Amino acid sequence: MQHLLRSLRSLLPILALAILATAPARAQLTIEIVGGAGTTIPIAIVPFEGENSFPLGISGVVGADLQRSGLFKLVDDTGIVPRPARPEDVRTSDFRARGADAVVVGSMRPLPDGRVEVRFGLVDAVKQVQLAAMTYTVTPAQFRATAHKIADVVYQRLTGDVGVFSTRIAYITKQGSRYQLMIADADGNAPQSIVGSNEPLLSPAWSPDGTRVAYVSLENKKPIVYVQSLATGQRQVVANFRGSNSAPAWSPDGRKLIVTLTKDGGSQLFLINADGSGVQRLLSSPGIDTEASFAPDGQSVLFTSDRGGTPQVYRLNLATNVVERLTFDGNYNVSPRATPDGKGFVFVRRDGGRFMLGIQDYATRQVQMLTAGPLDESPSVAPNSKLVIYAAQQGGRGILAAVSADGRVKQRLVSPAADVREPAWGPLLR
Amino acid sequence: MRKLLFAAFVVAALAGCSSTPTQDPAPVEDRAAAAAGAGTSGATTSGTTGAGVAGAATGAAGARSPLTDPSSPLSKRSVYFDYDQYVVKDEYRALVDSHAKYLQANRNARITIQGNTDERGTREYNIALGQKRADALKKLMVLLGASESQIETVSFGKEKPRREGHDEASWAENRRDDIVYAGE
Repeated sequence: MQHLLRSLRSLLPILALAILATAPARAQLTIEIVGGAGTTIPIAIVPFEGENSFPLGISGVVGADLQRSGLFKLVDDTGIVPRPARPEDVRTSDFRARGADAVVVGSMRPLPDGRVEVRFGLVDAVKQVQLAAMTYTVTPAQFRATAHKIADVVYQRLTGDVGVFSTRIAYITKQGSRYQLMIADADGNAPQSIVGSNEPLLSPAWSPDGTRVAYVSLENKKPIVYVQSLATGQRQVVANFRGSNSAPAWSPDGRKLIVTLTKDGGSQLFLINADGSGVQRLLSSPGIDTEASFAPDGQSVLFTSDRGGTPQVYRLNLATNVVERLTFDGNYNVSPRATPDGKGFVFVRRDGGRFMLGIQDYATRQVQMLTAGPLDESPSVAPNSKLVIYAAQQGGRGILAAVSADGRVKQRLVSPAADVREPAWGPLLR
Repeated sequence: MRKLLFAAFVVAALAGCSSTPTQDPAPVEDRAAAAAGAGTSGATTSGTTGAGVAGAATGAAGARSPLTDPSSPLSKRSVYFDYDQYVVKDEYRALVDSHAKYLQANRNARITIQGNTDERGTREYNIALGQKRADALKKLMVLLGASESQIETVSFGKEKPRREGHDEASWAENRRDDIVYAGE
């Protein structure tokens, strides 16, 4: 409730009277309107003073971030002279005339030691108040990260939700017969290969602190689960038992994983320490149990099971060991991913041969389909629970796509050369 | 360096969009294709990229091993499954029996059964489904005389399709268990 109030408060200056009239009774809807197709926040991102003398300007990255979120519309500020660089220099009437509700200004100034002072300010043009002002002292190598931080601040101030522009994603590429586990910024920049193999890689999963990635590799002619440190590149076998080892899912404290093992017959869930020690069976089912996903509080685990005859999503309460079926519509509901806000889960449904994403709320049991397929899979929820990245097919090739958790905003991430799949959204850092 | 390009930023209102075109791609029960696939498998054993690794033989695979003799049923290494099915069909009974009897007669021989699925379905769930196919074949071999400890079952899910097409003939070829002897 507090969160809603906070969101609402920050929205009011932007959305003004129309929303105000209905806000008290329908607070939750207000947020959805912001995310809706027709109700983006018009914002002017003024080129930062002095940014032309650097190879990478900050304002362009900030604008691209905000626009990509689907919640903002960039307003052209061409012709407004002089260009303001500080919040107090913003003549809001200039920007209101262009239709902007908010204005971002800033400057980049070289310091004697080679670093750069980046200042930025956010102005509410409707209410004519300053919403944020910050100064960063950074090296040129940190320009992009700084721009994402600024975009996070703007996003947070104007929508009330945490921004995820500073996060990273992991994904698998396949080019010819070469597989790579890649890590990149959330906007696709700065991709880095952390594992390469001539055999398939799948199911990357970030440790909650963002320092390690668990994944499955077939390089030894069977699925084996590894954990790799991003800082050192060192990797460790976590599960290499007789049979198949797959579907790693981190516990929220980062100390354990749930993996699917077949060592005792069937595909079953096991809890194992992140160093591979202390394997412990969680459940005994006659059929398949796999694709575990921890609830953010660590108290329960979602998983896929065909114990009822068709694959459906179930929830295991770790304290009571009680298993509860959560999906009932259709005969194929798999790949549950708990949303970080603890309210529900995203999953994959097969319907009439199409594979599409849905989101289900624990409290209401309502399902909303987020995508229409035809071959959508591997959903991964952003740490603010507002976006879902997933794998899709386009023109016979694997691409990544993202959809907002209300299904309204969609984007595609296309790689020019490779088949891309198995995205995993990394955590917020710090 | 591969760089993801964010293309075509689509803003779509999906209000009330739960009804999507449902075109069922013809339920998949193409026995002809599956059987044809079985016929073509012949002596070509897949799944062993490092084939021909000599010296690692378990003693079962000699130069004139029945395992590789095209006229021997033991050279047949693939068992095909119907869509969403995990039952080893009767047409493979002789093939399975010959491998089971070989394992029974050669207690040092070891095999891995690699289960595979077609491309439909999610990756991890297909790993589990491929495992189910491999386990079904193992169970039958044990019934027919092989020892449990001689057989490891693993799954590649949909990760290593023998055929890359997106049609029923390719799918039928990929719904498959492969039998690989240790040392091969």
